Amino acid sequence: MVPVSYYILLSGILFSIGVLGFLIRRNVLVVFMSVELMLNAANLALVAFAKEMGTLSGQVIVFLVMTVAAAEAGVGLAIIMLFYRNRKSANVDDGNLMKW
Amino acid sequence: MEPYLFIIFGLMAVLSALMVILQKNPVYSALSLIATLGSIAALFILLKAFFLAFIQVIVYAGAIMVLFIFVIMLLNLRKDEFGPEKRKFQRLFALIFSAFFLIELFIIVRYALLGKIGKTLTIEADFGTPQAIGRLLFTDYLFPFEIASILLLIAMVGAIFLARREE
Repeated sequence: MVPVSYYILLSGILFSIGVLGFLIRRNVLVVFMSVELMLNAANLALVAFAKEMGTLSGQVIVFLVMTVAAAEAGVGLAIIMLFYRNRKSANVDDGNLMKW
Repeated sequence: MEPYLFIIFGLMAVLSALMVILQKNPVYSALSLIATLGSIAALFILLKAFFLAFIQVIVYAGAIMVLFIFVIMLLNLRKDEFGPEKRKFQRLFALIFSAFFLIELFIIVRYALLGKIGKTLTIEADFGTPQAIGRLLFTDYLFPFEIASILLLIAMVGAIFLARREE
């Protein structure tokens, strides 16, 4: 039986990789994938705690997070399409209209 | 058996997550992300979240990643457009920041979590099955469930509106 803290550590490692990818990559699609990675790391932690506490509430929350992730992916990819159409580029540095 | 499976799928998840952020080509990144999501689905099964494991494979690895691949194909990116970050100091700062974040988390787990919880609770036989989750969704979590359906409708309308070509 693997203790819950190992799952939380694994979740933290995945989340940190997501943060790193979000910060170092310039391709808007890979940045978006890093966000998905962070969402999944959080889901893993929630499921691990749900098993530890013996209640299903954590799993229901993960279910709702997945719903939000699906909605976010749909709208986010539409925004990426618009971004590419307007800027002719997939580099996040080209989205500098609101840059101070 | 469980520790071995945890090590195998945990390593697979971490390695493929690293591949996601280190690959130059976004198609390879997307394929690595599918491997990560699959490993996380396996970990869900180890955590007795059977329903969520299947939802993970169907919704994430199936639907969302197909959408990603589809958009990558539509954008038809040239090789030079997805080169890595050129500014060295930004990459260094990002590495320090995420390492700091990880160390912080290790400290929290080490001092706040390790050994504190872990009393053996009796887990019901139907823990994590679609029946149990469905029962909870339609009783205690009915309102969030309905809100989620409205959210999906709004996301669908929003995506169609955004991706529409201006006449």
